[in-house]
Amino acid sequence: MTVADALLFSAGYNAAVVALGCAAFGLAAGALGCFVLLRGRALIADAAAHATLPGVAGAFILAALIGWDVRALPLLLAGAGATAALGVVLVNALAGGGRIRDDAAMALVLSIGFGIGVVLMSVVQSLPVGGQAGLKGFILGQAAGMSAADAQLVGALAVLALLLVGVLFRPLAALCFDRGFAAAVGLPVRALDLALLGLMLAVTVAGLRAVGLILVVALMVIPAATARLLTERLEAMVPIAGGVGAVSAWVGAALSATLPDLPTGATITLVACALFLAALLFAPRRGALAFAARQAMLSLTVARDHALRAAFEAAERAPGATHRWVELGRGAGWSRWQRAVLPRWLAAAGWVRAEGERIALTDAGLALARDLTRRHRLWEHYMQAAGGLGPWAAHRAADEVEHTLPPEVAREAEAWLRRNDPARLPAEGALPAPGEAPTAPR
Amino acid sequence: MTQFLQLDLAAMLAATFACLVCGLIGNLLLLTRQSLLGDAISHAVLPGIVLGFWVSGSRAAPPLVAGAMLAAVAAALLIALLRRLTRLEAGAAMGVVFSGFFALGIVLIEVSGAHAVDLDVDCVLYGQLEALIWPAASGPGSLLDPAALAEFPAETTTLAVVLLLTLALLAAFWKELRLACFDPDFAQAIGFAPRRMSLLVLVLVSVACVAAFWAVGSILVIAALVAPAAIARLLTDDYATQFGLSAVAAVAMGAGGYWVAALAPAAFGLGHGLNAAGMIAVVAGVLLAVAWAAGPFGRRRRLALAGGSD
Amino acid sequence: MSIAPLPVPALTVQHLTVAYTRAPVLWDVSWTAPPNGLVAIVGPNGAGKSTLLKAVLDLVPRLSREVRLFGLTLDQARRRIGYLPQRASVDWDFPATALQVVAQGRYPRVGWLRPLPRAERERARAALAEVGMAEFADRQIGQLSGGQQQRVFLARALALEADLYLMDEPFAGVDAATERAIVEVLRRLAAEGRTVIAVHHDLATAPQYFDHVLLLNVRAIAAGPMASTFTAENLARTYGGRLSLLERAVAAAQAGTRPAPPP
Repeated sequence: MTVADALLFSAGYNAAVVALGCAAFGLAAGALGCFVLLRGRALIADAAAHATLPGVAGAFILAALIGWDVRALPLLLAGAGATAALGVVLVNALAGGGRIRDDAAMALVLSIGFGIGVVLMSVVQSLPVGGQAGLKGFILGQAAGMSAADAQLVGALAVLALLLVGVLFRPLAALCFDRGFAAAVGLPVRALDLALLGLMLAVTVAGLRAVGLILVVALMVIPAATARLLTERLEAMVPIAGGVGAVSAWVGAALSATLPDLPTGATITLVACALFLAALLFAPRRGALAFAARQAMLSLTVARDHALRAAFEAAERAPGATHRWVELGRGAGWSRWQRAVLPRWLAAAGWVRAEGERIALTDAGLALARDLTRRHRLWEHYMQAAGGLGPWAAHRAADEVEHTLPPEVAREAEAWLRRNDPARLPAEGALPAPGEAPTAPR
Repeated sequence: MTQFLQLDLAAMLAATFACLVCGLIGNLLLLTRQSLLGDAISHAVLPGIVLGFWVSGSRAAPPLVAGAMLAAVAAALLIALLRRLTRLEAGAAMGVVFSGFFALGIVLIEVSGAHAVDLDVDCVLYGQLEALIWPAASGPGSLLDPAALAEFPAETTTLAVVLLLTLALLAAFWKELRLACFDPDFAQAIGFAPRRMSLLVLVLVSVACVAAFWAVGSILVIAALVAPAAIARLLTDDYATQFGLSAVAAVAMGAGGYWVAALAPAAFGLGHGLNAAGMIAVVAGVLLAVAWAAGPFGRRRRLALAGGSD
Repeated sequence: MSIAPLPVPALTVQHLTVAYTRAPVLWDVSWTAPPNGLVAIVGPNGAGKSTLLKAVLDLVPRLSREVRLFGLTLDQARRRIGYLPQRASVDWDFPATALQVVAQGRYPRVGWLRPLPRAERERARAALAEVGMAEFADRQIGQLSGGQQQRVFLARALALEADLYLMDEPFAGVDAATERAIVEVLRRLAAEGRTVIAVHHDLATAPQYFDHVLLLNVRAIAAGPMASTFTAENLARTYGGRLSLLERAVAAAQAGTRPAPPP
């Protein structure tokens, strides 16, 4: 079996059903994860997941003692759900006393619950029945050992959870956005919190077989975090997170089906991490590259504005003056790449033209420079009049804000000056006077 | 007696030392409400441990500690970067980073071939106390015999050194750590560098995670870190007593857990030994439950106490 | 103990700007505190009063700063500076007794890596007695009332034996008796020639308790002797129009260079 076979459902009926079951779980975990994340419940999900181990092992022992089928997934999952719920109750009880904070309570339930499970697992090893090996799959995930019936159960649980998320979408969104407001408009916030907790437990339990209890939280948190990078709207975030979860689970399960040594949970988590890193780098607005590009563009725009303003102010003193780049950049602290890019950009945009060794503003460049200078001086005056800043501070502050402000804010500043300090404003169409001593130390 | 020396002594000492190291340092986490930092670091050091093991090919401590610190610092930086870029809340950013690191560690174990040598997934999950044996022991006299002691398991010796180092650091920085934990702003204002102190705590926690890794694995480390401090917190309101009681609780869970795991199978007629690392956590859970139910500060009794004494 | 009036101002800040993530908390504040006496920093919520103290003590990152304490840098003057943080800034469940907390004020005299000598512990006990809390020395701090906790903090500050005290809301949430006790201690400090700069937000008692005032609202509105500075006009300027447009402008500028806030 190759990875392609496993991905394309052509590795046999069983493998196809398992892949679909995993994908359904990923879809539900990703979608629900958005609410878990926004409600700040990521780590309690982790504690509950670790607390499933005693349930799984306990159910196995119980089944062996009374002679039921120890491999019956519904039974094992029921045990898991029971101790996970108990774990959540214990976190609240421990933290309720006030002496132990909820962070410590979660860490305690997580680790002690897991420890109890580990001891029960060693009891399981001594039982005179078969099937012990499969239990280890619940810790780190083993999709390869799943039967079609197992996968159908997981898929059914996931679909059920997904349907409930769909039905409760609006109220859950209101709960996560602002719990106080949701309560004020009459939503049953306690019931909703419980419902979210119940859904979280159901999805956790559904993921145990494929992803394992240690990493099941990863499939709730990582797809949701990925979606968060790509959108700010919950309506888009939930389907994106579901999609990321489904793809991660499907690809990860296929990978581990062909490389059986790899625990499925780890491969699924790493696939999700790869998608997350891709989003972190390439997300259109919040991605690291977009962020860097925006910063670079901004610093370049600032440098351009400085250069044009310097050229304009020189031309104010001596009309028709030509300039040298060195003079325009004096004191502006341009970096090497800014010095390299700036002349080309300004020439290509038609704002400057070469005159031998020197450059001069074109008509378009002059118009833009005039506009920029006007805006800068307006801000300087506003900062001095309204902000009470000294001249050099006003100059610096104006520099900080003028490049990024939308024009309507500038108009507001102008209106404020007109009302409160009209002497600073020039006649219609003329430029404001330069700020006082704008060349003071910066 | 000889059988105890050969099979149990090294493992029991390792369990006790590991719980002591973690339990003492855990106080600093609990008192600053950073217990989940222990959770995150214990997961995140795994790829570092595997890499250190892979590069050096041995279980010698220095490369593993170096790898673990590298991983812990990388994880801390990544968490900070994620929070900056994505505005995730701290818990979620931690969840993304530590589960990713842990998954990477698991996959590295499988692909690096480390599992063929000595380090496998079971060790990550349950520790390897059972592997710590001292076959050179031939009787109580071996405890004084340099030749036999030279064969004593290096893991246990390393843990003893780490424990001494931890005790020395805690004693040396006793008042500085207390000040930094209680009021970091005041500490900074009077020149007692709380940021350096919290870096010291971070380093101590990752060293503790590595040290305890062979004994209890990387999940149960969390119990060793948090449980002793939490038990002591339910019993006392005094800083020094807090450390003392947490040390007692750590010894009780380390040595006691190991003993219960060794004795219970015979007592209950089980054919197979119980997992000692898991039993350490179970004993911790029992102690915690007792302290919570019967201690002066468990449940809600504290409120009544405060109300009556004012 | 009394010391001669100091020739240099206790505190000078110039062009102090602090911005956390969005709008500035302090913008270009320049201020010189008088060489001695009781100084109140007054202003509305969110005006940056606590931030000013923290920025002076290097507890918050700042964009630009020039701070001189007795004409020296913070590191040079550290031993002469005392700080009283807001009571709510620490966890009062922390396992410590009142005496242990007050003894922290003696740490600079003891230095690193040394246990607290008996003599220093007695100095701490004396400081606790100065605020009328001698009998509570061995009480766990969580079992003290709010006013008692505030007195413990004050005693810790006194134990520092500083020449300049920066106090963050010393009167917040205390009972009337504690308030009187704190005022008494502050007056005694001033009489000894020390300077106390305290964040205060009770406008009614400010003129009664303090000699000088700094009116602060993101920038320094007015500063000087209480009688001439604490005027209705200055207060209106402090509490009235915030620089809403300026704040929005800066927020917009920063939003343009950073990822957008969460939905």
